Amino acid sequence: MAVMQATLPRRILTTPTAGPLAALVLACVFFAFKSDQFLTGGNFSLIIQQVMVVGTLAIGQTLIILTAGIDLSNGAIMAFGGIVMTKLAVENGLPPLLAIAAGLAVCAFFGLANGLLVMKINLPPFIVTLGMLNVVFALTHIYSQDQTVTNLPPEMTFLGQTFRVGGTNVTYGSLLTILLFLLFAYLLGYTAWGRHVYALGNSPEVARLTGIRTGRLIVGVYALAGLVYGLAALLLVSRTGVGDPQAGQTDNLDSITAVVLGGTSLFGGRGTVLGTLIGALIVGVFRNGLQLMGVPSIYQTLITGILVILAVTVDQLSRRRTR
Amino acid sequence: MTPVLQARGLVKRYGHVTALDGADFDLMPGEVLAVIGDNGAGKTSLIKALTGALQPDQGEILLDGKPVRFRDPLEARRHGIETVYQDLAVAASLDIATNMFLGREVRKRGPLGTVFRMLDKKRMREESARHMEDLKIGLRSLTQPVESLSGGQRQGVAVARAVAWASNVVVMDEPTAALGVKESGQVLDMIRRVRDRGTPVVLISHNMPHVFEIADRIHVQRLGRRVAQLKPADHNMAEVVAIMTGAMTVTDGKAVVADKGAAEAIGLS
Repeated sequence: MAVMQATLPRRILTTPTAGPLAALVLACVFFAFKSDQFLTGGNFSLIIQQVMVVGTLAIGQTLIILTAGIDLSNGAIMAFGGIVMTKLAVENGLPPLLAIAAGLAVCAFFGLANGLLVMKINLPPFIVTLGMLNVVFALTHIYSQDQTVTNLPPEMTFLGQTFRVGGTNVTYGSLLTILLFLLFAYLLGYTAWGRHVYALGNSPEVARLTGIRTGRLIVGVYALAGLVYGLAALLLVSRTGVGDPQAGQTDNLDSITAVVLGGTSLFGGRGTVLGTLIGALIVGVFRNGLQLMGVPSIYQTLITGILVILAVTVDQLSRRRTR
Repeated sequence: MTPVLQARGLVKRYGHVTALDGADFDLMPGEVLAVIGDNGAGKTSLIKALTGALQPDQGEILLDGKPVRFRDPLEARRHGIETVYQDLAVAASLDIATNMFLGREVRKRGPLGTVFRMLDKKRMREESARHMEDLKIGLRSLTQPVESLSGGQRQGVAVARAVAWASNVVVMDEPTAALGVKESGQVLDMIRRVRDRGTPVVLISHNMPHVFEIADRIHVQRLGRRVAQLKPADHNMAEVVAIMTGAMTVTDGKAVVADKGAAEAIGLS
C-alpha cells in the first residue's frame, strides 16, 4: 500500500495561508495600478513600520487564539510596559537596558496572570482578559499620572533607527518584527511545543490524554504572549520616541483583525503565525493604498471591518465542509 | 500462564455509590478480552482503574505478576498500557504522523534537535507509514489533517498509535460505537491483527455481535464485580445477555437460570 505525499496543487489548496496571501497580492496589484508611489521600496518600508507594533502584538494574539482563547488586554499591557520602561529610565535613572528588561518582565507578568486565571480558576479567556484590560489600563494612567514620558535615552529609540538595504531605509524595529515572526513560525511548526499548542486548541481533553501537560502549556502560552507584548512596547516606544499612556487603545482589536485575516480560526487549533503576518500586511496595505488614493481614513476602517467579516465567514464555511 | 494484567478486589466508592465492589480482572497473553456489562455495572470504572485514570480505594493491580500503582494515565502508558478512547482519540487539525507521535515527538539528532529542539518530521512520517502499513490502514497521505479522514480511518489512526506504543496491553473503549458497518469491520480486522502480533487487547463494547465475532474470552461485569468469564463458543448471545443482566448465573461453567421471570422475559428457558 503506497503512502504518497500530498501533491503540490492539493497542498496549496489546503494551506490555510493561501487565501490571505492571494488577497494580499491582489490588493498590492490593485494599488500599484491606482498609485505609482505604491510599488516603491520606501513605501513598503513605511508599511512595515506602520504594521510592526500591531503585527508583534498579533504574534502573541495568534498563540492565544490557537489555544482557542482570546486576549483583549494586549494593547493595554503594551501601553503599560511602554510607560514602565520609559519612566524607570527617564525619571528613576535606571540604566536603559535594565529599564527595558523591567518593562518586558512586567508585560510577561500580566500575561502570566491571565494564563493562571484561565487555567487555575478555569475562567473564560474573554472575561479574564477583559478584566485585565481595565486593570492594566487604569494602572497605566495611575502610574503615569497621565503624563507622556519624553527625552528617552538613545537605547530606547534604537529600534527606530534605519539601515539601508538596496537604496531603501529599513528600521531595526522592522527587522526585529520579521525575525520574531520567523522565530514563532519555527516554534509552532517545527517543535513539539508548537504541535502541543495546536493539539490543545483542537481539544484540551485529547491533548491531556496523550500525556501533554495542558495546564503548564496554557500558562506558558499566555506568559510568552505577555513577553511578546513587551517587545511590542519597545517597538512602539522606539517608533514614537515617547512613553505614551494613551497608546495602544485600538491596537488590541487590530491585532485580532490581523490574526483573523491571516486565516487563523477563532475556534482554536488552526492557523499560522505567517498567516498573521500576511493579515497584518493586508491591513497595512489597504490603509496605505487607500491613503495614497486620497480616500478618507474612515473608509479604511470600513473596509477593514468588511474584510474581517469576510475572513471569519470563509473560516466558518471551510470548517463546515471538513466536518 | 501468568496473566499480563490482573486485578484483585478493586473497590471504588463515590460517596454512597459503589462503582467497583471487589472487582477481579485477568487478561491473558495474546488474547482479545471483551469486557461487557450493563450501564452502571462498573465497566468504565474498572477500565479507568486499570489505565490509571482513577485510583481504586482498595485492591491491587498486577502487571506480569508484579504489583503496580498508576497515579495517572501517563504512568500506565509508561508501563506499556495504551488506551484508545471512543471519541477523544485524535487532534483534528493535525496530520496523521503528528498525531501518531503526539506527546512523544522525536527530535533531530545533533544540535538541531538538542539546541533548537527541531522535530524529525521525516523520521516520524516514515515510522508512522510503517505502523499504518502493519495494520493495513490504507491512506493517501500522512500529511493530510485527520479531520479530512473518514470516521473509520480516524479510529484507525488512534488504534495504530496505541499499538505502536503499547508494549503490554491495548485497551479500546467502544472503538466501533460511532462507526458504520463497513468501518466497524475494518476496526475489528485491526484488532485481530494487533492480537496476531502478540499484543493482548481489552475491548469494551456494547455490541454483542462484535464481541462474539472477535473476543477469545468475555469478562462479564455486574454490580461492580466480575460475575463470569466465558468463552463465546460455549454460550449463545441470549445467554450472555442474561448473565449480564442477572437473569442467569454461571455455575461450574454452565449458565443457570437465576431469575425465572427475567429469563422468560428475554425468551430463555
